[in-house]
Amino acid sequence: MTPRTLRVLAALAGALSCTGCSGWQSALDAHGLQAAHLLRLITFIVVVCTVVWILVLGALAVALWRRRSGPSEPSDTGPAVERRLTVAVSSAVAVTAVVIAVFTAASYQTTRALSDLPSDALTVKVRGYQWWWEVSYQDPQSGRTLPSANEIHVPAGRPVRFVLEAADVIHSFWVPSLAGKQDLIPGRTNEIAIMAQRAGIYRGQCAEFCGLQHAHMAFMVIAEEPAQFEAWATAQLQDAAAPTNPEQERGRQIFLTKACAACHAIRGTPAAGTTGPDLTHIASRSTIAAGLLDTTRGSLAAWIADPQTLKPGNNMPMVPLAADELRAVSAYLASLK
Amino acid sequence: MSPRRSLLSRIVPLMLACAALAACEREERVLRIDPPVAEALADVEPMPNGIGGSHPEVYAVLGAPYETNAYDLSQGKRLYSWFGCKSCHGDGSGGAGPSLLDGWWRYGSDIESIFLTIRDGRPHGMPAFRDKLTTEQVWQLAGYVQTIGAYSAKTAAPGRDDDKQTRPAENRAPAALLMERRGKP
Repeated sequence: MTPRTLRVLAALAGALSCTGCSGWQSALDAHGLQAAHLLRLITFIVVVCTVVWILVLGALAVALWRRRSGPSEPSDTGPAVERRLTVAVSSAVAVTAVVIAVFTAASYQTTRALSDLPSDALTVKVRGYQWWWEVSYQDPQSGRTLPSANEIHVPAGRPVRFVLEAADVIHSFWVPSLAGKQDLIPGRTNEIAIMAQRAGIYRGQCAEFCGLQHAHMAFMVIAEEPAQFEAWATAQLQDAAAPTNPEQERGRQIFLTKACAACHAIRGTPAAGTTGPDLTHIASRSTIAAGLLDTTRGSLAAWIADPQTLKPGNNMPMVPLAADELRAVSAYLASLK
Repeated sequence: MSPRRSLLSRIVPLMLACAALAACEREERVLRIDPPVAEALADVEPMPNGIGGSHPEVYAVLGAPYETNAYDLSQGKRLYSWFGCKSCHGDGSGGAGPSLLDGWWRYGSDIESIFLTIRDGRPHGMPAFRDKLTTEQVWQLAGYVQTIGAYSAKTAAPGRDDDKQTRPAENRAPAALLMERRGKP
């Protein structure tokens, strides 16, 4: 291998490891105002600490390398040497104190910037369950609330206030590309502000261990242009689509008569359960079961047929359905755009 | 030290350690119940008056989990609040519906009777949950309801309350009526 190929390979390996820093879930790939603040802070701290580390190791190397000038005993120092030592140690302590004080001031500044929230912010309520996210939008104009789950649409460039609650245990709301973490705690309300700077799909994840399926408690934040967001909200406010063929109609009937409707709501039908996610527009969401599977008719059917194999311990029971009933229900749910 | 003694002194601690290890086994959670088992769990044969009856054969084979398993009791407690039991029975001390913790069971305190009450309903207001819950869930809920008014404390307890306690804990002993009587001279 020539030195040139080696160099190219090394550069490639470096570039490859850098790809780990980008993507739809990375604090190092900031697309939100708050994440950018945090990224600036962590970059500043890492750079300063790197310089300190190099200086300390340099001093250590020099001390190891330098020969003693003579066979003098450590205690055998004159007042001049003593003074030099005092100055060196005091200034090292002083510099350390200053660096830490600067870090403290910088993180205080960043924290203040994070909690800054303009009054025109959109409010989204997020409630954590084992193991999914209930999302509801409050429209101040119409006073209507728009329930959804596991997928949060936000207008890009507009600040959004997330009001966080938990139904059972402590969860934590974290969209690394957009902002820092905030816990969802049963019995109290927390808030976090997020402003996506550009349109895109950002993945979020529960960041506080909350039980068996903590890892399968993901969500999507979809930042859209304001016009697109309005169109989405208008569509979501509609009742569920009516069945368009006999199979879907049969699926609707089965959904309403079996245990499904006891936990799930489909607006526009008598199904009004509140224990599980609202399914009015389930087929418009990109994943089901909190980021576990892509939303397809097949995955819907697989999930209904055996939720405890796909996500053991979740609260959806295996409702006994015959094969043709399963086909009909999955056809109906897949039609709920 | 004789060789015999040293061998013994080595083996005994080892055996003790092995015995202690057996205690490390934790309670098993059955998260996924096999569909045929779930189906068989519905075979409760009630007595002609609808009170008491035989439990399904598979129930005993499973080791009566819904009365003794802490996970199943916890799930039962969740179902109790999710499925509106509170709207009639309150926190267990009753309301529009009868109290569950006083130890007075109109239809028997055995789990089969409670199962039948929840699944098929009872006259004067108790609705049937046959179409709202799966058979396994009815068993979990029945186990929890039995715990609320049990005459003697169970060794397993469901999850704790997040809210302020308004009634005795589920794994206390015994039922409220007996407790009151015991308090009297």
